[in-house]
Amino acid sequence: MKDFFSRSAQTTVLFLVVAGILALALSGSLGFASQGFNSILVSTQTWISSRFGAIQDFLTVPRDVLALQQRNIQLEADVARLQAQVIQLQQQVAETDALAALVKFSRSNPQSSYTAASVIGRDPSPFLHYIIIDKGSNQGVLRGMPVVTEKGLVGRVDAVVSDASRVQLITDPNSAVNVRLESAKREAILVGSVSGDLFLDFLPPNFTVEPGDVLLTSGLGGGFPPDLIIGQVINIRKRDSDLFQQASVQAVVDFTQLKIVLIITDFQPVDITPLVPNP
Amino acid sequence: MKNLVAFPLLTLVVIIQMAIVSRISLISGTADLMLLFLIAWALQTQVQTAWHWALLGGVLVAFASGQPFYVPLIGYLGAVALARFVQGLIWQTPVLALLSVTFFATMLMQLFTFFVLWFNGVPLVLEEALTYIILPSIFLNLLLALPVHAFIRDLALWVNPVEEMV
Repeated sequence: MKDFFSRSAQTTVLFLVVAGILALALSGSLGFASQGFNSILVSTQTWISSRFGAIQDFLTVPRDVLALQQRNIQLEADVARLQAQVIQLQQQVAETDALAALVKFSRSNPQSSYTAASVIGRDPSPFLHYIIIDKGSNQGVLRGMPVVTEKGLVGRVDAVVSDASRVQLITDPNSAVNVRLESAKREAILVGSVSGDLFLDFLPPNFTVEPGDVLLTSGLGGGFPPDLIIGQVINIRKRDSDLFQQASVQAVVDFTQLKIVLIITDFQPVDITPLVPNP
Repeated sequence: MKNLVAFPLLTLVVIIQMAIVSRISLISGTADLMLLFLIAWALQTQVQTAWHWALLGGVLVAFASGQPFYVPLIGYLGAVALARFVQGLIWQTPVLALLSVTFFATMLMQLFTFFVLWFNGVPLVLEEALTYIILPSIFLNLLLALPVHAFIRDLALWVNPVEEMV
């Protein structure tokens, strides 16, 4: 009897508790407790889920490494191909810039006709400062024609075959160019050397020349048209014991970096050899 | 028949010399690839066509260069003569022969070029030529001599196979 009462009392209490909770829930009084419970539930689920994801990643890594390695190889190949493309494009841009400068030069000097040529080689002998260009007699190039860049004088055509020419640079030891000092309004002779340096040689002692003086072709001798820029004087060697003074010249053209040049095709060099008196 | 490889090979050597090697300078000196090929070829004991190669190489360089045509002809023939002479003396130490011939042949050829140009009226100074051209050229030639010799040795074995003694 006592057990029956006790069980009935427990059931009743339990029923009342459940009914009370339901009544509280239905009345909205359990919202705070429900929210806290949900929060704990979600946090727990998130933690378990993230740990499971980490374990899953750990277990599937070997398979991904292979895929990544293949992907890496593919991307490296793509990078190499793109780098080659970039280099090609940079070369094209450099060539375009050079050509644009030459076109600008030819437009600003419309009195002459020009043919552009690429530098394809240099003379095998280090004693001679010659370049080989890819234009020859088939393109109307003749021996003696002056060669320039947008910066200034390069040299003159020394030998011609059908599709190539050899150009003697003004730095060649055997080269001599009649020049005019812009500021002094005086003429002089510019010579080359084995080292590739340029000099104004055999200047009289009373010849006034200053560092910075600009040199232009004078046109004397008929070898070059006048007023082509060559460079400027950088220093003068003058000793009391010397009969002549000598000036070093910095060329405006970088002869080691020649890639594209212009041949002045309408200039007819004058051969003055018959006029030179024989001793 | 395999000796005909000289035509494309030496033509290629001239092209490489003018397009690449002549642009790589030390001070003002450059390596002479044709000279190195001819020396290495002449130092191979089984080779019988060293003089032909020298003649062909000389003609090709004379055609391309601005120097008097006889300079490369005589220079290369002289270098082959020196190589043949040295090869007969110290054939058991090919590297020593190669380096010594390269040194002396380069110097003799450059001096020969210098004096020919000088006699032709080119205002050259020997001291400048030695400093700016001859000594740097010798250094570059010595640097390239060994790889060229290795290539030529294989080529010589292909052109003139040596019978092995059993």
